Amino acid sequence: MRPLTAILLRDMRIAVRVGGGALIGVLFFLVVVTLMPFALGPDLALLKRVGPAILWLAALLASLLALDRLFAADHEDGSLDPLLMGRAPLEIVVAAKGLAHWLTTGLPLVIAAPLIGLFLNLDAPAAGALVLTLLVGTPALTFIGLIGAAIAVTLRRGGLLLAVLVLPLTVPVLIFGVAAANAAVAGPIPFGTPFTILCALTLASLVVGPLAAAAALRQEME
Amino acid sequence: MRLSATDLACRRGGREVFAGVSFSVAGGESLTIRGRNGAGKSSLLRMAVGLVRIAGGRLALEGGDPELTIGEQAHYLGHLDALKPSLSVEENLRFWSDFLGAAAVDLGEPLRAVGLDALADLPAAYLSAGQRRRLSIARLLAVKRPLWLLDEPTSTLDAAAQTKLGEIMRAHLAGGGIMLAATHSPLQLEGTRELNLDSVSAPRAPEEVSA
Repeated sequence: MRPLTAILLRDMRIAVRVGGGALIGVLFFLVVVTLMPFALGPDLALLKRVGPAILWLAALLASLLALDRLFAADHEDGSLDPLLMGRAPLEIVVAAKGLAHWLTTGLPLVIAAPLIGLFLNLDAPAAGALVLTLLVGTPALTFIGLIGAAIAVTLRRGGLLLAVLVLPLTVPVLIFGVAAANAAVAGPIPFGTPFTILCALTLASLVVGPLAAAAALRQEME
Repeated sequence: MRLSATDLACRRGGREVFAGVSFSVAGGESLTIRGRNGAGKSSLLRMAVGLVRIAGGRLALEGGDPELTIGEQAHYLGHLDALKPSLSVEENLRFWSDFLGAAAVDLGEPLRAVGLDALADLPAAYLSAGQRRRLSIARLLAVKRPLWLLDEPTSTLDAAAQTKLGEIMRAHLAGGGIMLAATHSPLQLEGTRELNLDSVSAPRAPEEVSA
């Protein structure tokens, strides 16, 4: 356990210090969502209808924003070598880094979402449902993103490749996340149906993400 | 304890770097790896810790922990210092000692040994190249590992720090440790054996020499 708490604490500490990526994600989220009413016009009914979709899209882009540095930074300063040869299994090391990333970029999005939802005319029950879907769904975005971050680790401009690789994989999460949030607002399907599928997608990505990312890192180091 | 290699071969990017490398180093002994640029000094060290795939031959650590790989019983000091600029000197060392070791250790002793105890709270971003090198050497002292693999350990170190590093190496060898160091400049260490990779590495293709 000790090596893993060490990684978790180190990554969180780096993220919240100067030059870390913790606040960038949530600021980007705020800016994108704030721009939407300007682009769509002050049609409250329309904003209410597309609100959950906009918030989900903004959360998806914001959580990918700092992800390309996750392994690339460790690779550039030589930290990745001792991490790869350590006694802690690489899959668990990768998962600990993913958790640290979610706690510093994903969780702030979830907390900021109801406040930013006001811009999109979301009332309290809709905002509640949206927070719940983001809370369950954003870990899936981070852990799917781990795979792209691991593949892009040795590449310059890896961030672009990361987006191209990862965004298509996040389509199911986006579909069921927005469907659950919309179901709570408008119906007609019950909230539980898409929400349980979203939970399943997250659980699957929590397992597959670290396994695939660790395999990619091992391959990359050859 | 004995690290022995028989007929090791290395391929990088489809090209043979060296082949037929054999050596044997017992506890308390050190081996200096020499060779021109590109002879495969770093590759040999990375191979020993499992960061580069062994293309041929065998590498074994006798008398080590059979449950662990060679890399898990080794310290590898690469070209890069593995430090985070936004963390302080002590936080950097604390992370590596927590990640590599099982128990909490007192970091005062290793920091004093490399002469950085007065700078413990300074962010690593403000350290000079030599100080960064010393901080990564402190990692070897904070967590005990029997096998040390050092890639150009003296680069960026001043004369006093090189002498100090010699003392640290002697103490490690006196405790029965094994050390492999790839270096161009001579180490301040007596009785070290040499392995020259020039004789076993693949000759450069003519077009590479002219390029």
